[in-house]
Amino acid sequence: MIAETGLAALWLAAALALLQLILAFAGLKGGKTELLAAVRPAAVAQGVLTAVAFAALITLFMRSDMSVLLVVTNSHSMKPWLYKFAGTWGNHEGSMLLWVTVMGVAGAAVALFERALQRNAHMATLGGQAAISLGFYAFLLFSSNPFARIDPAPADGQGLNPLLQDPGLAFHPPTLYLGYVGLSVAFSFAIGALLTRQVDAAFARAMRPWVLGAWVLLTLGITAGSYWAYYELGWGGWWFWDPVENASLMPWLAATALLHSVTVLATRDALRAWTVMLAVVAFSMSMVGTFLVRSGILTSVHAFAVDPTRGSFILGLLALYIGGALALFGWRIGSVREGAPFELVSRETMLVINNLLLTVILGLVLIGTLYPLMTEAFGHKVSVGAPYFDRIAGPIALALMVAMAAGPLTRWRKDQARAVCKRLSLPLIIAILVSISLSLFAWGRIGILPFLGLVVAVAVGVGSLAPLWKRKLLRTPLFTYGMVIAHMGCAVSLAGMACDSAFTVEKLVAARPGDVIQTAGWSIRFRQIMPIAGDNWTALQADMDASRGGSSVVIHPQSRFFASPPTTTSEAALLTRWDGQLYVVLGEEVEGGRWQLRIWWKPFVTLIWLGGVMIALGGALALVGRERRGWLMKWRAREALA
Amino acid sequence: MRKALIWLPLVLCLAFVGLFASGLFKPDDRVIHSRLVGQPLPAFTLPAAASDRPALASAQLATGKPRLLNIFASWCVPCAAEAPQLDALKQAGVEIDAIAIRDARPDVDAFLKRNGNPYARIGLDARSSVQIALGSSGVPETFVIDGKGRIAYQHIGDIRADDVPMILDRLKDAQ
Repeated sequence: MIAETGLAALWLAAALALLQLILAFAGLKGGKTELLAAVRPAAVAQGVLTAVAFAALITLFMRSDMSVLLVVTNSHSMKPWLYKFAGTWGNHEGSMLLWVTVMGVAGAAVALFERALQRNAHMATLGGQAAISLGFYAFLLFSSNPFARIDPAPADGQGLNPLLQDPGLAFHPPTLYLGYVGLSVAFSFAIGALLTRQVDAAFARAMRPWVLGAWVLLTLGITAGSYWAYYELGWGGWWFWDPVENASLMPWLAATALLHSVTVLATRDALRAWTVMLAVVAFSMSMVGTFLVRSGILTSVHAFAVDPTRGSFILGLLALYIGGALALFGWRIGSVREGAPFELVSRETMLVINNLLLTVILGLVLIGTLYPLMTEAFGHKVSVGAPYFDRIAGPIALALMVAMAAGPLTRWRKDQARAVCKRLSLPLIIAILVSISLSLFAWGRIGILPFLGLVVAVAVGVGSLAPLWKRKLLRTPLFTYGMVIAHMGCAVSLAGMACDSAFTVEKLVAARPGDVIQTAGWSIRFRQIMPIAGDNWTALQADMDASRGGSSVVIHPQSRFFASPPTTTSEAALLTRWDGQLYVVLGEEVEGGRWQLRIWWKPFVTLIWLGGVMIALGGALALVGRERRGWLMKWRAREALA
Repeated sequence: MRKALIWLPLVLCLAFVGLFASGLFKPDDRVIHSRLVGQPLPAFTLPAAASDRPALASAQLATGKPRLLNIFASWCVPCAAEAPQLDALKQAGVEIDAIAIRDARPDVDAFLKRNGNPYARIGLDARSSVQIALGSSGVPETFVIDGKGRIAYQHIGDIRADDVPMILDRLKDAQ
């Protein structure tokens, strides 16, 4: 019954989405208020129904209901409960259901809480949101029904990809999805604004919290995904430039640009066309990412189901929505009046530079990701590796960091170049001092990019504090703190990346139990190797004592074997210290009872993810700050009236 | 100029859609082929995997006559589905050796009892190291080995009934 309830809820929600689209369209077209009045209740009911459908699927997974095909193929009654729960969205159908659920709930939230938009723009936005949802409902109901039954029901399920049996990954996809779908709201806002010809500061102020929220979640999702890949895949790196990783990075780059340009539009009423374009591009990148991941069109370390039928369905949606939005853009944007003018030296210009650099990085990552596909269309097979991305994205990212430090020190509308340089003098002096001391310490031993990265990281770290300089700290608005922390986070991340690539020490040895390995100031005693059994796996586990200076710590790198489906994963042993991480991987047995061990000492590598969390925290503070200010102003206005 | 710029994103978008479509509908070629085809087998010696068949070493595969090397496992469902075809090949006079991946002797015995035993020799590859050296990425897989011990052909996945004539042709070519 639960499966049927879920399916019924899904069909009803789809019907309501269609109704919502028709009501909004007909109401706006004929100026019929009574039709428009029904749009918001439809959106709310649709959100509730999607939540019911998703709750039904969670229940089926938690109960291990083996009469449901999706549960059989993705779960197992012996699985720990957390992974039964996470198994709900750790597969194609479940993740698409999560997608429409988040879209439905977000649509309901737009219907209930959005107050800044004019009524027509608000209704057009809800209509747009319904139109996007409809495509995904059709996708679920016609090509990937999560509630399909299987008869006769098998005795037990077939398990979940063991790589996915990790608490980090249980919550990483939903975080990213919330981000992706948050961008769908921004997209709907842009459509609504174009349809009603209301591309202005009010539109930007209404869209900004959605963009900020989506961006915070995307940042958290990417940070968590990067840390997961780092400790779970056992290769010691933190970013692989894998198509699936790029699929989340590209929307983030677009959302970062959008976040900054929407601020320009909200505060200064400039960059109208550009902001609308970025809102379309940001959600397009979410859809392109979903398409790349779900169609299996590119080969990736992440094994997802390869299915051209589903791929062509998403491709159809992509062509329809993005193509449609861009056509609407071309048709309507000519009638949108350009906003307020600004001088060449101004905060606006700095933000345009930031936007252009982000867009260039986005374009280069997109080309790199799709290049194998392009060459294959002409008959060659080529793969684009990390060196391409490092070499092209690295220098532009450094330039972006410099612009990031200078931006907040420049005034809106008009500023003096000389004054800006003067404000930038402290970071500049620090950059020079760091380069000199780093040259003395490590010249010739580290590459040029890590070298510049460290210099820029320190200078930007100091420079990003400058907006707080000579201000009353208690009266500084929360969103200013948010900006400072987010920019600081970028510097911290950059410092971590530069340290990791400049100073990592790697050692590959074949060791026997009893051996002691010395590397990077650590001494690691390999005591023994033992088989152990876990919930649904067996493993070979090494016991080692790692010591540096005084006391020693026991670490246990493992090589895990999962029976269903048969897969081996390696569980790296990580030892975190204030100045870095020791990373030990147990490899294959080689002749003579010796075992391959990979040992890395990675100085300050944890800064990468600390920075990511700071960036997200900064975004969250800015969001709270902006919203609180809005409420306060409204409340004061009401008090004044009373 | 500005007019053209406004429509540029749409043009780019359509170009990408075309590219994606061409990628989706091209003939499927995602199988990982071993780079060892045409090369001699890597050297290995494996212990016996079944109680009534001898162990397997790479040297025993260069006998002057082409033969098959089948990679299987008792826990692998397609391997059971493949058994009748291997039997048919054996009836046709083909000599078949096997490597059992990540297996245990009682399990292999039970599997062979259930599905028939077309193999001359079976080696046990307990940690998949030989499998990896062979450039094989899953079970079942079958290699055609020529008389000099070189890999002539790699068949990924189970051998279906309509693959049998093709395998026989490959064996003839490898003479």
